[in-house]
Amino acid sequence: MSSVETRPATKPADYTSDVKPIWCPGCGDYHVLMSFTRAFAQLGLPPEKIVVVSGIGCSSRIPAYTNCYGFHGVHGRSLAIAAGLKVTRPDLTVVVASGDGDGYSIGGNHFLHACRRNIDMTYVVMDNRVYGMTKGQPSPTTEPDFDTALSPGGTGLNPFHPLVIALASGANFVARAFSGEPKETAGIIVEAIRHPGFSFVEILSPCVTFRPDEREWKNLVHPAPVTATSEPAKAARRIMTDDGFNIGILYRGARRPYQARTEDQNIDLADLEKDFEL
Amino acid sequence: MSKTPSERPVTSVADLLALAYQIETDAVQRYSELTEQMETHNNQDLVKLFRDLARAEGAHAEEIRKMAGDIDLTAHAERLARWKKGGSPEEADLGAAHYLMTPWHALQLALTGEKQALAFFTSILDTANDAKIKKMAAEFVEEEAEHVNLVYRLLRKYPKPSDAWSEDDDPPAPQD
Repeated sequence: MSSVETRPATKPADYTSDVKPIWCPGCGDYHVLMSFTRAFAQLGLPPEKIVVVSGIGCSSRIPAYTNCYGFHGVHGRSLAIAAGLKVTRPDLTVVVASGDGDGYSIGGNHFLHACRRNIDMTYVVMDNRVYGMTKGQPSPTTEPDFDTALSPGGTGLNPFHPLVIALASGANFVARAFSGEPKETAGIIVEAIRHPGFSFVEILSPCVTFRPDEREWKNLVHPAPVTATSEPAKAARRIMTDDGFNIGILYRGARRPYQARTEDQNIDLADLEKDFEL
Repeated sequence: MSKTPSERPVTSVADLLALAYQIETDAVQRYSELTEQMETHNNQDLVKLFRDLARAEGAHAEEIRKMAGDIDLTAHAERLARWKKGGSPEEADLGAAHYLMTPWHALQLALTGEKQALAFFTSILDTANDAKIKKMAAEFVEEEAEHVNLVYRLLRKYPKPSDAWSEDDDPPAPQD
């Protein structure tokens, strides 16, 4: 978060909009919203210096519920929009919100390359292992034996492993959080925003309507027993062998964030635009 | 998600009042959030119940504020109160909500909150050495015990629903 300056403390309510969330009661995303506003307040960032970008899905409604700048984009393309924004406006703090369907399936390719590019922004994925908005289809992180009318006998497919893929692709900060612990989650988001480069935070966020079994997550999560490492291979090994409910910052890298070179080359955007004039 | 006492010990009556005030205002906020959620989902029985609970907690908060006189309880609480894990004791668990929940479920949430608050003030009563803190903690214990009894009395009006309470005639997803 090299470009972020802090100012006197603000309150979470300073970042909440007048739009009332329409998630299902019990949805973990309510807590994630709370964690967002707490994190912004802890950082003391002016709302107009934060942009929350999203794609499509339940989780992607979140920009409307904050009073920061927001962009509710197209399905799976939130990272592309956010990357363009951050490159042209490095003074802004860019936080991208997504879900496991939007982020890992439709937007899976953008996820890989956002990690690789290491642009200084924070990617928060609310993972409930199901497509909630479209009524319960399996997502990339759904267990292979998720047996419903929409997936008879289960998918039989191994779940996508986002944290390991993020590490392999070059993300500079990797963490896992649980929506039911908003204070701790806010702390992780704060650290993610402060860390230079591409920070990836996966938040386990139960869908109580289509995955009522996920109510049990609050009894399964536990703090990661080890501190964050700066070695991607070590972090990957740990994550591959953990139980999926280790909560905390798991990796802090030291890669130099992507720097746009427009200033070095003295490029004037107005000159570029002339080439596209009709 | 367990709810445990604040990390810092209570060392003055002002500390205790500030914590008590924060507990009540956190509960107001949470019940207000649940009211909004139920409004969105047109569960009018729950809208009324959560609104009443928010109003009751707000009245308690106001009583504590009057007791505190000139003390800025909000600022004091911000310096003092950091709950170890989860929310403050009377904050209902947002994750326990459901669009088809009944007044019985809402009162179970309230009962859990009141019992946690009772346990919180009881722990202060049991561990405080200062006579003034003990006296005030005893008052809060008495009040919270009354709240627990009140919720039990309300629950008599709302018997436990059948196990099929969450069955939806028009479910969000086809299962057959």
